[in-house]
Amino acid sequence: MSEFLQQVVNGISLGSVYALIALGYTMIYGILRFINFAHGDVFMIGAFVGYYTAPVISRALGGSVVLTGIVVLIIAMTVCSLLGVTIEKAAYRPLRSRPKLTVLITAIGVSLFLEFGGQLIFGPDPKLFPSLIPSGAVVNSQNLIINVNSIVVIVTALLLMLLLRVIVYNTKIGTAMRAVSYDHRAASLMGINIDTVISFTFVLGSSLAAAAALLYGSVYPSINPLMGIFPGLKAFIAAVLGGIGNLVGAALGGLIIGLTETFVTGYLSPTYRDAISFAILILILLFKPTGLLGHHEAEKV
Amino acid sequence: MKRHQSKLYLLAGLAAAAIISAFESSMSPYYYQVAIYIGINIVLALSLNIINGFAGQFSLGHAGFMALGAYTSAVITTSLGIEGSDITGILVFALALVCGGCIASLFGLLVGVPSLRLKGDYLAITTLGFGEIIRVIIQNLDFLGAARGFTGIPKLSNFLWVFGAAGILAYTVANLINSTYGKGFIAVRDDEVAAASIGINTTRYKVIAFVTGAFFAGIAGGLYAHFITYINPSQFGFLKSFEIVVMVVVGGMGSFTGVILSAILLTILPEALRGIAQYRMVMYALLLVIIMLSRPQGLFARGLRVKRYLKQTPAAT
Repeated sequence: MSEFLQQVVNGISLGSVYALIALGYTMIYGILRFINFAHGDVFMIGAFVGYYTAPVISRALGGSVVLTGIVVLIIAMTVCSLLGVTIEKAAYRPLRSRPKLTVLITAIGVSLFLEFGGQLIFGPDPKLFPSLIPSGAVVNSQNLIINVNSIVVIVTALLLMLLLRVIVYNTKIGTAMRAVSYDHRAASLMGINIDTVISFTFVLGSSLAAAAALLYGSVYPSINPLMGIFPGLKAFIAAVLGGIGNLVGAALGGLIIGLTETFVTGYLSPTYRDAISFAILILILLFKPTGLLGHHEAEKV
Repeated sequence: MKRHQSKLYLLAGLAAAAIISAFESSMSPYYYQVAIYIGINIVLALSLNIINGFAGQFSLGHAGFMALGAYTSAVITTSLGIEGSDITGILVFALALVCGGCIASLFGLLVGVPSLRLKGDYLAITTLGFGEIIRVIIQNLDFLGAARGFTGIPKLSNFLWVFGAAGILAYTVANLINSTYGKGFIAVRDDEVAAASIGINTTRYKVIAFVTGAFFAGIAGGLYAHFITYINPSQFGFLKSFEIVVMVVVGGMGSFTGVILSAILLTILPEALRGIAQYRMVMYALLLVIIMLSRPQGLFARGLRVKRYLKQTPAAT
């Protein structure tokens, strides 16, 4: 029983990281109707920003772990937002009126560029991510250990999701985002600046990815330039599972993928970990392509 | 392309292969290896071009099909203990290659079926998933050597085999594009709804494209396995799939000679630029983005149809 509980806690903490990345995928898909393949690599850059800034900030702040964590979080979110907006402006904006396939290939190109550019700049070897969360255990009984880590990850992710919900549903720019995702042309006729809204969406998505990266790094401290590929793909699967374009769906999908993966690792075999999410994706696309909470969209001819 | 031209390709390919293989022993091993890789990459790129270029079904799982062909043929030749040069060796190798291709195309059928319901982005990521699932399964099968890899494969591939396969594939593709099937592929690619509305069975054409493409990817895998004599699952990861996609995109999706040229170019280029080998993947990535931004029809393509397909603006959506 305690082993089961342990798996549940681990699964939820991994799942909330996936959920944060999945929110970025789903928002960008909602607005631009394409998969931003480079999102997982923005996540990777976030982790490296944490790796390089944390020691400097920690020294400057006199070693306070909590404060360092918050400052590094803000820096990583800012850097990744800038990166996300730059990618959108340089690579995706010129292709906005082109067919989806062109944009898809470009997104793959950008993703590979960040991965292998990262290998050149940061070096291909794995690096040890600095601890940004005070170590220790909240619960420490015979078989069940709940670290401060997992709690901080879950709480931070929840707070960011609530913040996102407030931004999307209770602010002017959030309303504009929803309008654009509903109908580009009608929204622009109502005086909404589409370019600003798209840039803002990339800011939101990329900063969530940066936060996810720092949380991920605190749980799995080995980081390398290719680390974004699998979390990125799994978060995408989470977004599809929940119904792409749907915020609550992305969070739900993230949790389901995180839990499934932890259980497969714990009870079956760790080698099947990467295959199970793809199996889920194929099943969901075959039997309910709109996802758990998605709605059907008719194809216009 | 005219029909008689395609026969010419086949004859030219086979003749070149036969002539060069006569000088095989006098070639420097390094150039020989590069030449073999060129041939294998031509087979891979042309076979992916059937799926991505002609039928317009963007697939990112080609390395998975290649892995299936490599492992199937390796199991057949090693379990029969084939040494090579004699006539039974040649027959068994041919049989092993075809079996590898058949297993790969069986899985192509499996991948083709969900592709009936998926498009663009979703299809790309599903095929990527299929490729990864194949790799993970091989990694867990002990009789295939699991993650340690599969050793002791006889070195049976040579110039004649590799370029013979490339020639046969080129011949098949050249005839395919002019056949009813080829026209069907292009109709499905250009406008699926319109194709369906004039009575084209789009399902059938998509599945046929996947099955044919996978078959030749399996053959390429078999040739590769019997050249390097050692295979392991990590050689067939999705980065390999990306490499093949880059070849097709650079050559021009749906272009025939363009794809062959880019397969040759992208095999030689990294070898010629050994000194800056670590930049290879970055250059591939930049090449993809730049080509999409400035010349989406590919470097070598001149086909009008391809141009229109990639440059059209979506009117109704």
